[in-house]
Amino acid sequence: MNDTLIAVLLMALVTYFPRVLPMAVFKNKIKSRFITAFLAYVPYAVLGAMIFPDILMSTGHLLSAVIGLGVAVILAYFEKSLLKVAVCAITVVYVCEIIISRV
Amino acid sequence: MLTKQEKVLHSKHTAFHDFLDGSKQSLPIALGYFPVSFTFGLMAVKGGIPVWIVVLISMTNLTSAGQFAGTNLIIAGAGLAEITITTFVINIRYMLMSLSLSQKIVEGIPGYKRWLMSFGITDETFTVAAMQKKDITFSFMTGLEVLPYIGWAAGTAAGALVCTILPESLQNSMGIALYAMFIALVIPAAKRSKAALIVAGCAIFISSIIKWVPVFSVVSGGWRIIIATFIACTIGAKFFPMEDTANE
Repeated sequence: MNDTLIAVLLMALVTYFPRVLPMAVFKNKIKSRFITAFLAYVPYAVLGAMIFPDILMSTGHLLSAVIGLGVAVILAYFEKSLLKVAVCAITVVYVCEIIISRV
Repeated sequence: MLTKQEKVLHSKHTAFHDFLDGSKQSLPIALGYFPVSFTFGLMAVKGGIPVWIVVLISMTNLTSAGQFAGTNLIIAGAGLAEITITTFVINIRYMLMSLSLSQKIVEGIPGYKRWLMSFGITDETFTVAAMQKKDITFSFMTGLEVLPYIGWAAGTAAGALVCTILPESLQNSMGIALYAMFIALVIPAAKRSKAALIVAGCAIFISSIIKWVPVFSVVSGGWRIIIATFIACTIGAKFFPMEDTANE
């Protein structure tokens, strides 16, 4: 329990730190194009690495996860809202899970 | 000429107006956060973390990817260093947003207000703030941040509390929700930017290799994300240093 609380505190600190540091300190723009580009690409890399392959293990069965992944990719490609993509993926996975458990 | 009293009154009126303006624009963000943090609360409690700590995580972190990864690692029993570094690396992107906002806020905002308004910078509040035509005031930014904060905390609490009520098949299905949202974030970006597509593709590729090639089986989930991110971003920055990052 104590360890969990310490972990939460550390997480809060390292989440707040990058938010506040540039706002409180930096008055000038970063000159290095490499660093600027590197930072700009962080969200995409993190999202990619977090999505795959973990998504395959995120449901009860691999099959339902693959189908859910397919649905999410198609809807995202057509730029549906985050909420819509999430709800549709959950629904499809839920239906798959029910079918799989009945077979 | 306005008298001093009228000036104070006027600036108060403007501040209130800015706050309302920010709040109004943040309503869709707050509504969008609720189901995400609901899912987070659900999964964290399911993973064995007490309800009050789960809510505390959302109230002190206020971020999706970072706290999601950190909480996953807590559940997996990872060490403090791994949890801290993973969360930090995922949140490094906030430096860019904060830096960008520091250039866009009105001049002369005192230090303590900067410390306050920085807390609520998220991918979504940053995007809305960055798209404003005029410079951002402290009142506008806090107005923009307060509803998403409430939505995030309330959604977490609701998810944490109903966790035990939902049937297992539905709980299993909710597991895909955050990944689906990540997909909804990354694919439209990848459609517009070749660099984003390549960086995300590299990260997926490296992440898969680390996950499935037996030699790397000692690498845990957190370090896998860190390694994949650093390699993919280095490749991106090396081959696409020119790309305009203004619409980040």
